[in-house]
Amino acid sequence: MKVEVQITFKDGILDPQGKVIKHSLHSLGFSSIKEVKISKNIILELEETNSQKAQSQVKSMCEKLLANTVIEDYKIKLA
Amino acid sequence: MKVAVLQFLCTNCEYDTQYAFEKLGAKVQIVWHQNTNLPQNTQLLVIAGGFSYGDCLRSGAIAKVSPIMKAVVNFAQQGGLILGICNGFQILLEAGLLPGAMRHNDSLRFISKPSTLKIINNNNIFLKLFNPNDTVRIPCAHAEGNYYINKTGLSSLKKNNQILLTYCNEQGQEINFNGSVQSIAGICNAKRNIFGLMPHPERAMDKFCVSCDGIKMLQGFLSK
Repeated sequence: MKVEVQITFKDGILDPQGKVIKHSLHSLGFSSIKEVKISKNIILELEETNSQKAQSQVKSMCEKLLANTVIEDYKIKLA
Repeated sequence: MKVAVLQFLCTNCEYDTQYAFEKLGAKVQIVWHQNTNLPQNTQLLVIAGGFSYGDCLRSGAIAKVSPIMKAVVNFAQQGGLILGICNGFQILLEAGLLPGAMRHNDSLRFISKPSTLKIINNNNIFLKLFNPNDTVRIPCAHAEGNYYINKTGLSSLKKNNQILLTYCNEQGQEINFNGSVQSIAGICNAKRNIFGLMPHPERAMDKFCVSCDGIKMLQGFLSK
């Protein structure tokens, strides 16, 4: 089973790359942009076929390693 | 004193750290990350700077799941003294042994220059040779030293006097060095046996360095 994890900075946590990209887009004339956020996508291929079990395994992976929940949020998408 | 210095893949300050502590008369052993035990009778464990695992995922994230880390956590729980410098500090945060997290520097730049630091609290073994408000000059070299902690965490740090060092100018006024909350450069845990800082005291040990202020910092662990 394919599982996709999307990791973003929590609201209010400075996203320096997003900020720089926003400035660069502004300087190209895209003045309507209000915010740019960067996210990390991690694609996992699991042997597990039960989606509930896969969900709970990946949640545990996120909590233990994939995300730093002090500053990051994660979303799990089962394919 | 017996000092153990951890060595992960891409650690690069272990020999400087060894040199610094040996200069102060300590016995130093470098410990490879695949080991599952610390050397017997280790009195101080130093997690040296560098870019463990090439900062893959997040700085310190992969190191925290290395085989040696179980022994590190045990050592910490038994009250063992731990000092994390730069990447070592990041590893301690990732491992949950110190509160908070590191973000990329707000300038997006890798900052490699001397920093002036203010001693905020000296009621701990690390900074006991200083007085509050003393300043020291210590080199910094990091891309992710922008310390973050939420409001609740910050009040708890303040309440327990866990903020040890802040970035300041030569007059001792706090400055924004890398974006850190309250200009924090170094903290300790509530039990005051685990210390983390971004600047490198082991690089301020000789006349040819920026300063010799690192000696007085590391000496804290060795003197009674």
